[in-house]
Formats: sequence, C-alpha cells, structure tokens
Amino acid sequence: MNKIVSKERFSENVTKLVVEAPLIAKARRAGHFVIVRCGEKGERIPLTIADSDPAAGTITLVIQAVGDSTRKICALEPGDCLTDVVGPLGQATRIENYGTVLCCGGGVGVAPLLPIIKAMKAAGNRVVSVLAGRTKDLIILEDEVRASSDDVIIMTDDGSYGTKGLVTAGVEEVIKREKVDKVVTIGPAIMMKFVSLLTKKYEVPTEASLNAIMVDGTGMCGACRVSVGGKTRFVCVEGPEFDAHEIDFDELLMRLKM
Amino acid sequence: MENYNESRNEAWREELRKSKTAKERNNIARVEMPQLDPAYRITCNEEVNQGINAEQAVLEATRCLDCPNPQCVTGCPVGINIPKFIKNIERGEFAQAAATLKETSSLPAVCGRVCPQEKQCESKCIRLKMNQPAVAIGYLERFAADWQRNNTEQEVPPMKEANGIKVAVIGSGPSGLSFAGDMAKQGFDVTVFEALHEIGGVLKYGIPEFRLPNSIVDYEIEGLRKMGVKFEKDVLVGKTITYDDLHEQGFKGVFVGSGAGFPRFMDIPGENLIGVMSSNEYLTRINLMSAGRGGDTPVMHGETIAVIGGGNTAMDSTRTALRMGAKRVILVYRRSEEEMPARREEVGHAKEEGVEFMTLHNPIEYIGDEKGHVKAMRVQRMELGEPDASGRRKPVPVEGAIEEIPVDIVIVAVGVSPNQLVPRSIEGLDVSRRNTIVVNEETMQSNIGDLYAGGDIVRGGATVILAMGDGRRAAQNMARQLLGE
Ligand SMILES: Cc1cc2nc3c(=O)[nH]c(=O)nc-3n(C[C@H](O)[C@H](O)[C@H](O)COP(=O)(O)OP(=O)(O)OC[C@H]3O[C@@H](n4cnc5c(N)ncnc54)[C@H](O)[C@@H]3O)c2cc1C
Ligand SMILES: Cc1cc2nc3c(=O)[nH]c(=O)nc-3n(C[C@H](O)[C@H](O)[C@H](O)COP(=O)(O)OP(=O)(O)OC[C@H]3O[C@@H](n4cnc5c(N)ncnc54)[C@H](O)[C@@H]3O)c2cc1C
Ligand code: SF4
Ligand code: SF4
Ligand code: FES
Repeated sequence: MNKIVSKERFSENVTKLVVEAPLIAKARRAGHFVIVRCGEKGERIPLTIADSDPAAGTITLVIQAVGDSTRKICALEPGDCLTDVVGPLGQATRIENYGTVLCCGGGVGVAPLLPIIKAMKAAGNRVVSVLAGRTKDLIILEDEVRASSDDVIIMTDDGSYGTKGLVTAGVEEVIKREKVDKVVTIGPAIMMKFVSLLTKKYEVPTEASLNAIMVDGTGMCGACRVSVGGKTRFVCVEGPEFDAHEIDFDELLMRLKM
Repeated sequence: MENYNESRNEAWREELRKSKTAKERNNIARVEMPQLDPAYRITCNEEVNQGINAEQAVLEATRCLDCPNPQCVTGCPVGINIPKFIKNIERGEFAQAAATLKETSSLPAVCGRVCPQEKQCESKCIRLKMNQPAVAIGYLERFAADWQRNNTEQEVPPMKEANGIKVAVIGSGPSGLSFAGDMAKQGFDVTVFEALHEIGGVLKYGIPEFRLPNSIVDYEIEGLRKMGVKFEKDVLVGKTITYDDLHEQGFKGVFVGSGAGFPRFMDIPGENLIGVMSSNEYLTRINLMSAGRGGDTPVMHGETIAVIGGGNTAMDSTRTALRMGAKRVILVYRRSEEEMPARREEVGHAKEEGVEFMTLHNPIEYIGDEKGHVKAMRVQRMELGEPDASGRRKPVPVEGAIEEIPVDIVIVAVGVSPNQLVPRSIEGLDVSRRNTIVVNEETMQSNIGDLYAGGDIVRGGATVILAMGDGRRAAQNMARQLLGE
C-alpha cells in the first residue's frame, strides 16, 4: 500500500499525484517507470516517474485519465492508497553531454519528459523543449520545463496558446535554426512516429519512449513487445526508450488498439 | 538405502507386511481419481481431480508391496521415503504419513498434484514390472497432505532458537518458499522479496486453479508466516533494491529463486499481430489478474483458439481457453503425442474436455486482417526423422504440406528462458550461455560465496519438485556455511 501525499489537477483529465514509495524514490533515475495497481481487482498500469524526492521518500506521477483504471487512479485523494507500486522499471535514459538536445513532448508525455529535460540540462547540454497539445489546457508543466530549458516552444493544434500547428512544425523550426545533436520524444505514438520521420530526414539521432501495453512489467509476459530494427524487443525491460529511427511505429500503433 | 530399511524394520511395518499376502495385494485394482464431469468442469474453475477418500487411500496403500529395495524412491527427485508414508496410510496413521512426507518435501500437497509421477516415482514402481498399474503414489501423497491440512491445526514445526542472522530470498516460487521454510526452522531471520503483488510464483500466476487451487498455496505461505518468514511484495531485486543494498541491510546470505519467466517466441511472420500472445501473458491475465472473472484486467476472447506447444503450459492454456468460453481449441505440436513433455494425466484431461490435438504440425506464419488482428495460421505438416540431441526423434517438414486454418487467438507456449534481471544486476556472477545461474550442483552455491540459487533460474524450465529440492539443498548448505559448521 502506497499513500497519496498530495494531489494537483493540471486539467480536466490530467492529474499529478505525489506518492509514498521510499525505495523507488531512492533508486529511480530519469526514464524509469513504475507499475501501479489500484484496488484488489485492479489492473497493472505503467506510469512514468515524473519526479522524486528521496529525502521525503516520494515519487511524482502525472496521469491522464483515458480509461477505467487511469480514471480510478485520478480519483484518489491525499490519504488514499495505491494498492501496489513496483519499480523503478525499465532502462534509465542515457544522459550525456551531447551538445544541443531537443526534447519534444506531447500531451501527458511532457510529464515523463521533464526528468529527462532536467537531467540533460544538468549534464551540460543546451536544452530546447518543444511542448505540444491539442489546446491550451493540455499544455502541462510549462513552468517546470522552462526552469530547466534554454528555450521553449509551445505548439497547439488550435492555436489557443503558443504557435498554431503540429509538434513537427516546432521541431523542424529548431532543427533548421540550429545544430541539434540529439532528440528525445515522448507522447502519443502517432506523434512520435511523425517526429521520428522528420528527424530521420535531417539525420538527427532520436530516442522515443514507447508506451506499449503491459501486464507485469518485468519481462514475463511479452505483451509489451515491439519491433525495433527488425527484432522483437520487450519495452518493459529493454525500453521504454529505443532508437526512434529503428522502431516499427505502425506495428506499435496497431498493437495499442488491442 | 539405510534409512529406508531402518523404518522398514520397525515392528509395525513388519506386522503390516505380513497381514496380507502379495497375492492379496496384487489383486486390488488401482484406485481411480474421482473427477468432475468434463461437460461441467469446463464451465468453471473448480479443481478437476477431487481427491481420493480415506477408504480408497487405505486400499490403494495396501497395493504397495513395501519392497525391501524400493525403486520408486529412486524415481523421486528428492528421494521421499515412499513406502514409509504409504504404509502409514495403510495402517490409518495419516498424520504420520504426512509427517513422513514433510521430512523430505515442503510442498507435498502441491507435488502430489503436479508432479509428473508417471515419469518419476511411479515409473519405477515394481508393480509395473508385474504388468500392473503402478501404485498411485501421487494420489496418496496428495491424500496425506490434504488430510493433514483439513483435519489438524496448522502447526509450527520444531524451530531452532533464533540466531539473528538475516538471509534474503529473491522470488517466491517453490524453490524460494522451500528455502525460506528450512532456513526459518534453523533459526534464521528470513525475508522473501517478490516482484509481483502475489506470493507463490508460477504456482499462482501459471498453474491454473483447476489443477492447483490457490488456497493450497496460501496455506503453505501462511505456515511460513507463522514460522516468522517475512514477505515483501512489489520488490524487484536488481531494480527496487540491489544485491549491494541487501548487504547494507545486513543480509548475510542470498538465495535466488527467480524462475524462468521469460517467454520464448518462434520468430515467424505475424507473431506480433494482435491476438498472438505468450501463454505467460494469457495465464497471467487470467490467473494472477482475474481477467474475465471480475478483475479489471481485460483478456481477449475468441471462438477458435490455437495453442502452440506440448508442455504443461500449453495444456493449461488450452484448458483455460475452454473455460473462458472458446468453442474450438486446437493444440498444435510439432512432434507426436508420445513426445509431449506434458503430464499424461493433463493430456488425458485436455482430450476429455474436447481439445483438438493437431500433432506433427508446426505454425510457420500468422495472417492478420486489415486491423492487424490475427485471422489465420499457416501450419506445416511434420514427420519424425532421426533422433536429435535430446534423444527424441526430430520433426522434419513434409514438403508442400501446408494448411491454412482460421483462428481468432493464438497462444504461444513453446518454452521459457531464465529471467535475466537478477543475474544481470549482480556483477561477477557466473551465468551460462543459456542465461542460467551457474551453481555447484551439490551445494547450489554460485561463484559468489554468499549467493545460492535454485529452481528454474538454474535449470531453465523444470519442475516444482526439482525447484523445491534445490531450495532445500541450498538451505542446508547455506546454513552450514553461515553457522560455521
Ligand atoms: C512505460 C510507460 C509509461 C507510461 N507513462 C504514463 C504516464 O506517465 N502518464 C500517463 O497518463 N500514462 C502513461 N502511460 C500510459 C498508461 O499506462 C495508459 O494510459 C493506461 O495503461 C491506460 O489504462 P486505462 O485502464 O485507464 O485505459 P484503458 O481502458 O486500458 O484504455 C483506454 C484508452 O487508452 C489507450 N491505451 C491503453 N493502454 C495504453 C498505453 N499503455 N499507452 C497509451 N494508450 C493506451 C487504449 O487504446 C484506449 O483507447 C505509460 C505507458 C507506458 C507503457
Ligand atoms: C503454466 C505452467 C504449468 C506448469 N505445470 C507444472 C506441473 O504440472 N508440474 C511441475 O512440476 N511443474 C510445472 N511447471 C513448472 C514449474 O511451475 C516451475 O518449474 C517452478 O515453478 C519453478 O519454480 P521456481 O522456484 O524456480 O520459480 P517460479 O515459480 O518461476 O517463481 C519465481 C518467482 O520469482 C519472482 N521474481 C523474478 N525475478 C525477481 C526479482 N528480480 N525480484 C523479486 N522477485 C523476482 C517471480 O515474479 C516469481 O514469482 C509449470 C509451469 C508453468 C508456467
Ligand atoms: S514428490 Fe513427486 S516424484 Fe516424489 S514421490 Fe511425490 S509425487 Fe513422486
Ligand atoms: S516400488 Fe511400488 S510397491 Fe514397491 S515400495 Fe515403491 S510404491 Fe510400493
Ligand atoms: S509487460 Fe510483460 S513482458 Fe513487458
């Protein structure tokens, strides 16, 4: 049982929870995720660790309510408990001084991107962040991202905030403007697919963090398998980040409709 | 063989032996296991084998000739004193029978249900040489263990005084549980770390309740709790805490029983289509997550389900599929029925329940619809050629004999590999090419002095009884090492 310490609503469907999990708070690094369960009959749901406070023994989760389980989790209040939290899972992001890193996040994907932005900045990179959402309300964590980025570009589909247009337009603008050494992208699979196609054109190495469907998250079931470079890989143990140019996004998109 | 004879020479045993002639014993027919009717049992998850009653057990025990040189014992991987427990049943001392089992096995109620007896203890029974069915050792083992559980209070076994030495167990499958029990008895302070939210390993997430009810596993776990064993769920060793953290927390010995949970696929076209999944995924969703039985986790349903493989996992998947409402379940296996590694009894049960056996066939491709959902499989007819390294005749394709069969779901049960998470997280640990942890077979000690391992992480996919035996052996040796004996 892991207690919810605090809660904040980012938008109608996006909620931030700070959860007690001392061992995970201590062990986690940027890129790691947890599997949580809510209720004795609950599903095992993967969620990225958006932040942690080892001293307080807490981790931060940012959850978008898309179905029954995520809605249940978003409805929890401080003092309530998650039935299970296990992690940190997956491989941490490779943090190096690459030079200029473009971090591109869509929707709730900005939450898992934030720790990577922070770590890339701390490693001495110039960090340019591109945040995208359908509309103004869906742009989350802007202040936190600004605090660790050298430049921030905001894109909305409807133009209600920042520049009107798709995330790819923002990414292309940066790549044309300056030399980008690395791109990291997290968001809906379809967004990552188009970002990846774009950066492939400009030959910028790109990592994408995949949100495959999972059951155990420990390598036991194979539900999370994706094709990367023609080989089947398990996202939960070998990922979630892979070389975006090698990922079979069409297969991932298909499997997400399971 | 001494200890077998010692008990055999006790007065009551001699008397019991003389109470009936061999001929009288030979004339008794082997007991039949009462089972649920196939038409009923596929509508529910109730245990198929209902267990034999006391009268049946005593009669079956009477069939045992109490051999002076009992070969059955050599067929049991842990050398249970089979005639001693059976003769205790014959004389009505069921508690003694259960105690005899417990001398050697920590999970008799489990092994009595899931051991491949026909390949182990029963395969060596003298009565087979007399062209008669073997003594039903497995049924008797189950009877004694069940009798004990149902008729007596759960007792804490005699325990040595606490020695204050902390030992850690990674994984709560049969190897880890047995290790934990033995160490606790010796006075150690034992903590079991389990990655999942349930204790029991494959006994819980793999083997279905119609073969092994969870309550039986839970009873054993409860027993360990009473002995002071601590369980920490949701801890993935190597991730949540490391081997070094364990040292920091004062653990002086570590037993790795993390199993072989990594599912293998066949690497054929279409294997990543929706509706093609590993047996681990299918069984985990249903057994661990209660999918389709009130849990929030979904599981795919289909009219026609193909299961690929011929082991226990494959058999469990076919029978689970029937229970989830499939109309047609096809087992596709590349060799013939004779070579199937599954327990004979389960093969029989699957057939009674209506599973179609498509032996000597191998899938070569899955075909999807426009949404990426599997709709058919292409299977290649095989024939048996020369024996391969395993001694079994190797299946070879019959050229041109390819068939396409419509299916809604495919469950791939072609084996598992060791879970690499623990081995990879421990620097310097000796790991084989097959990703198993290398240990001294006598002591179960790895090349790292305080780290022992057993069960599937050492053997690849094996059996419950072997995992249990490994756990016990490791406990014995680690205890000796830590107590400086
Ligand atoms: C490594 C990883 C990290 C993740 N991190 C986060 C995070 O930080 N915050 C967050 O809100 N979500 C995250 N997700 C996605 C999250 O796990 C899913 O949204 C969740 O499992 C949906 O469960 P549900 O029962 O609420 O919805 P369901 O009822 O299962 O599905 C509702 C809808 O969501 C889609 N969906 C289902 N599962 C996924 C999935 N895994 N990814 C994307 N869409 C899915 C379905 O196609 C369906 O349309 C992450 C996923 C992975 C694999
Ligand atoms: C469907 C199925 C049916 C079977 N039927 C039979 C049968 O009829 N008869 C028979 O004898 N055998 C059968 N087997 C095989 C038998 O179950 C296994 O050989 C046995 O369970 C192995 O035991 P184990 O102790 O090695 O580990 P497992 O039972 O595999 O348990 C390992 C445990 O360790 C946990 N773990 C893994 N990594 C970590 C980590 N890093 N940190 C913490 N915990 C971790 C896992 O979550 C798991 O719970 C079957 C197997 C399956 C899958
Ligand atoms: S443990 Fe298994 S092999 Fe040994 S006697 Fe019991 S049923 Fe037979
Ligand atoms: S071999 Fe058969 S008859 Fe002989 S002791 Fe063993 S079980 Fe009894
Ligand atoms: S989620 Fe089960 S193997 Fe990755």
